[in-house]
Amino acid sequence: MSAETFKFRTRMRTLTDSAVTALSILATVLVVAPLVAIFAYLVFKGASSLNLDFFTKIPKPEGESGGGMANAIVGSGILLGVASLLGVPIGIGGGIFLAEFGRGTKFANAVRFTADVLNGVPSIVMGLAVYSLVVVQQKTFSAFAGGVALGIMMIPTVCRTTEEMLLMVPHAVREAALGLGVPNWRSVLSITVKTASPGIITGCMLAFARVAGETAPLLFTALGNSFMSTSLNHPIEALPLQIYIFANSPYDDQHRLAWAGSLVLIVLIVLAVSLVRYVTSRGVLKGAS
Amino acid sequence: MGVGIEVKNLNAWYGTNHTLQDINLNIPANHATALIGPSGCGKSTFVRCLNRMHETNPIARVTGSVRIGDIDIYADAKPVQIRRRVGMVFQRPNPFPTMSIYDNVASGLKLNGYSNRRVLDEIVEKSLKNSALWDEVKDDLRKKSGASLSGGQQQRLCIARALAVDPEVLLMDEPASALDPVSTSKIEDLIFQLKSQYTIVIVTHNMQQAARVAEKTGFFLNGRMVEFDATHKIFTNPSDKRTEDYITGRFG
Repeated sequence: MSAETFKFRTRMRTLTDSAVTALSILATVLVVAPLVAIFAYLVFKGASSLNLDFFTKIPKPEGESGGGMANAIVGSGILLGVASLLGVPIGIGGGIFLAEFGRGTKFANAVRFTADVLNGVPSIVMGLAVYSLVVVQQKTFSAFAGGVALGIMMIPTVCRTTEEMLLMVPHAVREAALGLGVPNWRSVLSITVKTASPGIITGCMLAFARVAGETAPLLFTALGNSFMSTSLNHPIEALPLQIYIFANSPYDDQHRLAWAGSLVLIVLIVLAVSLVRYVTSRGVLKGAS
Repeated sequence: MGVGIEVKNLNAWYGTNHTLQDINLNIPANHATALIGPSGCGKSTFVRCLNRMHETNPIARVTGSVRIGDIDIYADAKPVQIRRRVGMVFQRPNPFPTMSIYDNVASGLKLNGYSNRRVLDEIVEKSLKNSALWDEVKDDLRKKSGASLSGGQQQRLCIARALAVDPEVLLMDEPASALDPVSTSKIEDLIFQLKSQYTIVIVTHNMQQAARVAEKTGFFLNGRMVEFDATHKIFTNPSDKRTEDYITGRFG
């Protein structure tokens, strides 16, 4: 190769390198931009309506100004609590079965397929299903029914992420545990699941954040409630439901509350996710991969 | 203390692949025994049959008998009981990545339900001293993860972890093949010290290593054991032509 060709190729490589770097930076910006834009717009529209009343008062009757969304914030908390109690253990349990105990069996393949289909079921259909299974039986709309609808929606995400994270745990780690005379079930729970836990927690957080903003499955289950309620057996308000109703109302005051509610919803989700990350990352050791 | 191992008519399969054929040998207690042979000759499968790790692969199958001390491990016991008496060190260091150095060493006991803190402390210290790692890690026992150590330190950590459950036999499947020469010589020194207390079986590709650490050496070829004898005899005056060809580098 002549010195000329060599120089030319070096220049081309430098150019390609810069071009690829520039493209990936552009892609990153495109990923982050919508989130930043949405958040900035919500702050712009909603922040001015945020005050102590928003967090402590329930909505005023239509046409009156003031009031807050305390009932919806509490309601969302209860609904998501019920949903997580249902969705996280079932999802993680299913994921453990798929990755560790049922691997390669026909039953496991059927479960995996079902989870994927469940993931694709429209959320409004989930609401209708829970309406006929829970609301009709209980003869009332309820926080419990709403939590069940959201919980079922969490299961497939949690289940499939758990499975994938467990499969990423190196075979050598499992062998190490078995080689110590640890029974298989104990090795799965104490070693494999523990090793995969950062990924599993991320999966749970994704599922949580996704259902936290769901409106449709709550329409026929939690229904909504203009008053403060903490009972599982009565209809309950939720932030996305309240936002939906206020955003559709003709009153400016309610529009402002809807914007503030959207801002609060996003902030609460970010806070919840960060809190779980912080709590679960404490005690992590230096150098652990 | 270590115990002897008596292997009779051992056969092993992976699916339809007959990887071990009619292995018979007696491994003496409290000595190091080396197994050599080209890749794929069955020596790793053989040590994995000695603690019933072979059968963790769903397509694997074993026949024959293996006596460790006074127990026939295939007839008289469950795999988990055997593996507590027969420790194993793998080719690639495999500490538990989410556990501290201390927890890695204590893991075998803790996972089997042992929780007396004072006794665990003692066992962890003793095991790390026995694996010549104590001085390097004693200040970071709970602060650092096992995965943060260097490759050679990780392998000695894995040896400490195996020693902590107080086995009678220690199986080592190419324990130094992923390590640099300095770490390798540390592992070899360690084997030298440990064989007074444990029966050690070491698989190795490195014939000098076999010559340095082991009193007895077995040569495996194509799933059969060709020759088993005192190490100096194998390396200076083997009885089988194939052993001679292998150790003089004519094949494999």
